[in-house]
Amino acid sequence: MIRAESIRIALAGILHNRLRSLLTMLGMLIGVASVIVLVAVGTGSSQAVQKTIEGLGTNLLQINRQGGGFGGFGGGRATVGTQSRAANLTAADVTALEDKTQNPDVLAVAPVITGSVTAVYNGASYSPSSSVGTTPSYQQIKDYVVAEGTFFTAADEAQHNRVAVIGETVATNLFGTADPIGNNVQFNGASYQIIGLLKQKGTNGIQDQDDVVIAPLTAVQDTLTGYSTSYSNISVEATSPSKEADAQAEVTATLEATHKIATGGTDDFRILNQASLLETSTSSNKVFTTLLGIVAGISLLVGGIGVMNIMLVTVTERTREIGIRKAIGAKRSDILGQFLVEAVLLSALGGVAGVAAGVGLSNVRIINIQPVVATYSVVLAFGVAVVTGLFFGLYPASRAAGLLPIEALRYE
Amino acid sequence: MTDPQPVPVIRLWQLTKTYGEGDAAVHALRGVSLAVQQGDFVAIMGASGSGKSTLMSIIGCLDVQTSGRYLLDGVDVELLTENELSEIRNRKIGFVFQSFNLLPGSTALQNVELPLTYAGVRAHARRTRAMAALDEVGLAARYSHRPAMMSGGERQRVAVARAIAVNPSLILADEPTGNLDSVATDDVLSIFARLNTEGRTIVMITHENEVAQHAKRVVRVKDGLVVDDFRQAPIDGPPPMHSHLAYVPGGVR
Repeated sequence: MIRAESIRIALAGILHNRLRSLLTMLGMLIGVASVIVLVAVGTGSSQAVQKTIEGLGTNLLQINRQGGGFGGFGGGRATVGTQSRAANLTAADVTALEDKTQNPDVLAVAPVITGSVTAVYNGASYSPSSSVGTTPSYQQIKDYVVAEGTFFTAADEAQHNRVAVIGETVATNLFGTADPIGNNVQFNGASYQIIGLLKQKGTNGIQDQDDVVIAPLTAVQDTLTGYSTSYSNISVEATSPSKEADAQAEVTATLEATHKIATGGTDDFRILNQASLLETSTSSNKVFTTLLGIVAGISLLVGGIGVMNIMLVTVTERTREIGIRKAIGAKRSDILGQFLVEAVLLSALGGVAGVAAGVGLSNVRIINIQPVVATYSVVLAFGVAVVTGLFFGLYPASRAAGLLPIEALRYE
Repeated sequence: MTDPQPVPVIRLWQLTKTYGEGDAAVHALRGVSLAVQQGDFVAIMGASGSGKSTLMSIIGCLDVQTSGRYLLDGVDVELLTENELSEIRNRKIGFVFQSFNLLPGSTALQNVELPLTYAGVRAHARRTRAMAALDEVGLAARYSHRPAMMSGGERQRVAVARAIAVNPSLILADEPTGNLDSVATDDVLSIFARLNTEGRTIVMITHENEVAQHAKRVVRVKDGLVVDDFRQAPIDGPPPMHSHLAYVPGGVR
């Protein structure tokens, strides 16, 4: 049969029962749209995390204790290994790292103590997800911008001043709309004056970067943690992103010297750089996106079964028509083609609508993630929709084609 | 066989058809032998259940006999593939049914075009030929109407137009006037008479004597057997009741 003719006949078949065709297409639409939207959410969150990590500064190195705990307040648990005495990050390490002749590519160094505190102000109580005791250079390393007030200074640190800088989220939870600057807040019972409000950084897809309290290291040790044997980590900034690898080599050499690790021995510290952070987040995001895609793929499959179901009903309903066509000279292949084209057309039309809906819905922010439509997901979802129509249309169509003309004609 | 003519259009030998098996078996045909020459107009008569519809289905290649042989234009139908049978139904046979069997969603023109579509005729030629066929049954003006908007007589004339669209040599009509009033019946029978004088072979099932009077030959079937075979007019002449029509020798082949 002439091809244009089979499309015309199939279209007439689809239009004949509009509501049913629409509902069938809706199944395909939901399948295709959900694949596109969910993959877009996965891609969007992955890109957001990537951007945040890049926003942290591509020249950031973070030195952690190898095998040690995650350095809570009062931590400093020494790791006893066969190769290393202890995995402590100490003031001596910081001093050695600040030596410009030994580490020409290191721009700034900041020791960091992290932990959990409960902040109380005027009856309001709040526990920030991140509480940091550090030195003023931390601001530059982490790229924090002060929106209001000031960051604490070297003098604050030297004098053990109980001052703190807070993020937007903390400010909102403690002060509401009021201005936090100049007020005193109790951190685990110790009174700190808020001197600065950080400019909003937003979420990095995993944690709220504005949910943070930063105070001078000395004051934190005085009031909250005591003088532990180790910092939680040491943050280091390289002079430029291109010097990051050089800086990492220098830091490694310096720390191996201070930790008295023999050449070829196992380091008792670990250096995280931007690349390794990105790698970790990318691979975990890939798993996330794939899982979302699989879930959506199942709904596409269900849509395909809907097409098959409707095509089976259609074939039964139109048995007499098939009989007439066969009596008039339609070949088996003509009937097969007619119903196959109808099934594919149903799923393809549903697919087109699904692409439109999916791309449209991807403009909506979902739980703080801006979805990003991945071209491959659009092509894939539409392609799978058409192939699904073909696959699930095959059985009903071949059933129609195999009908005996005389029995089809007699069918009431 | 003493047939003076060459190969008959339809040649049946001891045709039987049984539905079902064992005790439940129904013997619709018990051994029918029949020859129909080109240009003949045969009315097959019989009560319901006599086997005449089964006979028609087999002649029309819609069904296959249980035993016996059927030659259509000298070709043993049993030896043909499914596709070849489709082609025969398309090119050699034009069907007219009691219940019209038009596609309800399609216009008169689209219905008439259908066999041409399956014959692979291109859109333009298809339209021209379908319009010519509609013109022949006097319905060219109503080409855009759907079956639901037409009277029974008009529907049957559309069905006749569809049957002659590919210009087949054999027209099979299964109770074509069964659902029609007397005026529409006369219309359809006049068209058949004209098609016959143009040389087309017509085999028509009917149970009405008035309708059978229009055929050149009447075959009566009872309990799956031919019980009477009576010629009312010669093959090479106009059908009875239509003697004003001029017979065209040679005709459609």
